[in-house]
Amino acid sequence: MSIDIETARKVAHLARIRVADDDLPALAGELSNILTFMEQLNEVDVDGIEPMASVTPMRLRRRADVVTEGEMAESILKNAPDAREGFFAVPKVVE
Amino acid sequence: MTANTLTIDAARTALRKREMTAVELTETCIAAMNTGDALNAFVHKTPEIALEQARAADARLAAGDAPDLCGIPLGIKDLFCTKGVPSQAASNILAGFKPEYESTVTSKLFDAGAVMLGKLNMDEFAMGSSNETSCYGDAINPWKIDDRNLTPGGSSGGSAAAVAADLCLAATGTDTGGSIRQPAAFTGIVGIKPTYGRVSRWGTIAYASSLDQAGPMTKSVRDAAIFLQAMSGHDAKDSTSAELAVPDFEAALTGDIRGKKIGIPREYRMDGMPAQIEALWAKGTDMLRDAGATIVDITLPHTKYALPAYYVIAPAEASSNLARYDGVRYGHRARLDAGDGIVDMYEKTRAEGFGKEVQRRVMVGTYVLSAGFYDAYYNRARRVRTLIKRDFDTVFADGVDAILTPATPSAAFGLGEMKSADPVQMYLNDVFTITVNLAGLPGISVPVGLDASGLPLGLQLIGRPWEEGDLLNHAYVLERAAGFVAKPAKWW
Repeated sequence: MSIDIETARKVAHLARIRVADDDLPALAGELSNILTFMEQLNEVDVDGIEPMASVTPMRLRRRADVVTEGEMAESILKNAPDAREGFFAVPKVVE
Repeated sequence: MTANTLTIDAARTALRKREMTAVELTETCIAAMNTGDALNAFVHKTPEIALEQARAADARLAAGDAPDLCGIPLGIKDLFCTKGVPSQAASNILAGFKPEYESTVTSKLFDAGAVMLGKLNMDEFAMGSSNETSCYGDAINPWKIDDRNLTPGGSSGGSAAAVAADLCLAATGTDTGGSIRQPAAFTGIVGIKPTYGRVSRWGTIAYASSLDQAGPMTKSVRDAAIFLQAMSGHDAKDSTSAELAVPDFEAALTGDIRGKKIGIPREYRMDGMPAQIEALWAKGTDMLRDAGATIVDITLPHTKYALPAYYVIAPAEASSNLARYDGVRYGHRARLDAGDGIVDMYEKTRAEGFGKEVQRRVMVGTYVLSAGFYDAYYNRARRVRTLIKRDFDTVFADGVDAILTPATPSAAFGLGEMKSADPVQMYLNDVFTITVNLAGLPGISVPVGLDASGLPLGLQLIGRPWEEGDLLNHAYVLERAAGFVAKPAKWW
């Protein structure tokens, strides 16, 4: 599988990572190499094999649907790059 | 000999007999840590916390309430969230992040009286096999054979370097594809990755959640048993943590493996494998046979597909786990230009904050999960993973107790030597360890010998799920037979 420059640009955007136009050809080449390596998987007969969801045969536990923790806004905001009046602050989202 | 060179076992005895205090031991380790800066192993030092914990440990020792790790100075990998102490997974995107909470692993260690000397270097978000992707710069292997600096391996490179150089008694590591076992082998120490679900992942910064497990990196197999005991156990905060009782791992070290069946997987005999690795493997096989075990050839037919399966599954999980680093809640936010919107903020923040390898894996993961490719890559890799696990299930069902393999395809290489190589070349470092994560099994790396140039080499033992005690006992037998006592000559 070969990744072209447009696909590399699209993947970078989906991943929300800014990649300069000049760097896109190199990125496309690297991604292509890695995907070529993965293509070995096509040699394996996987007919009738379930995709693994859990490596140990255990059922995910459930807990009661109740509040367990809370009332710690200050703690939660403490590491925010920009917090104001008890909220996370971000650039304008809605035009 | 100074106290920082002790094993946990020896220090435990000396502390309980009051031959030294926890404060004395901790001060010795702090001094060792401070003279070890050339190794770039400790990246955030916490001597004040260490001394406070040591004083508390001395009080417990005096009161006769001293768990095994009481007063033992440890290094903690930067991947573990430690309250009020920088915890940034060696990434610029978590610059300045000081968690408001303590990871389950470090909570358990501190409850057991352990002392934290500081945080240890690693590959960024545990993505790497040489500690060269760290935002703190390379950690350096204390072993040296010429003027080159060698890698301590990765991702737990700082942990390995610190333990091998006696800057601490032991350290925590984490292992997603070999990140405990490969650095342990490169530095001549012991490292065990427990069964998936044995150790809580809560508060450990996630890389690939279905593969990540924390474990100890120590100077002996007995220390690994003692340390693992303290880390293990069910945790309601991690839904994949197993609700199983933790057996007494140290009590399992009987040194008796007579009648046990050891499997030698033929697929691990790789083309172009260095003769020294082959010879070491044969030597380890003889040691276990001489101890009374039966050696059998086994087959794990899907072994060659483990690396490509891993490099679909792990980046896929990483792209999802690392989506949280968006410059909003913690860590770095890019400086924005006038008119920049929220998407510019995300894209600039992540471009500045993530290093090259992390960006590459996040983008690979994004691609394999994207519409149209999900089945071809991600679901196919998960099917192959089922087959890889089935290979092991079959072998264990046939009565094999443990599997012996090389730990790494080579001894430690020079820092920078792989820089220009294709990323896939670096991935090959994990060829012997990665199957174990995909199958969720316990695996341990034990130092067994030196190569011709004088660098340590390790062998890996793989055990049945949940039978870390039995696995540790096999490792204990191998350790005693190998009699590995070499230490790096101090140059730092």
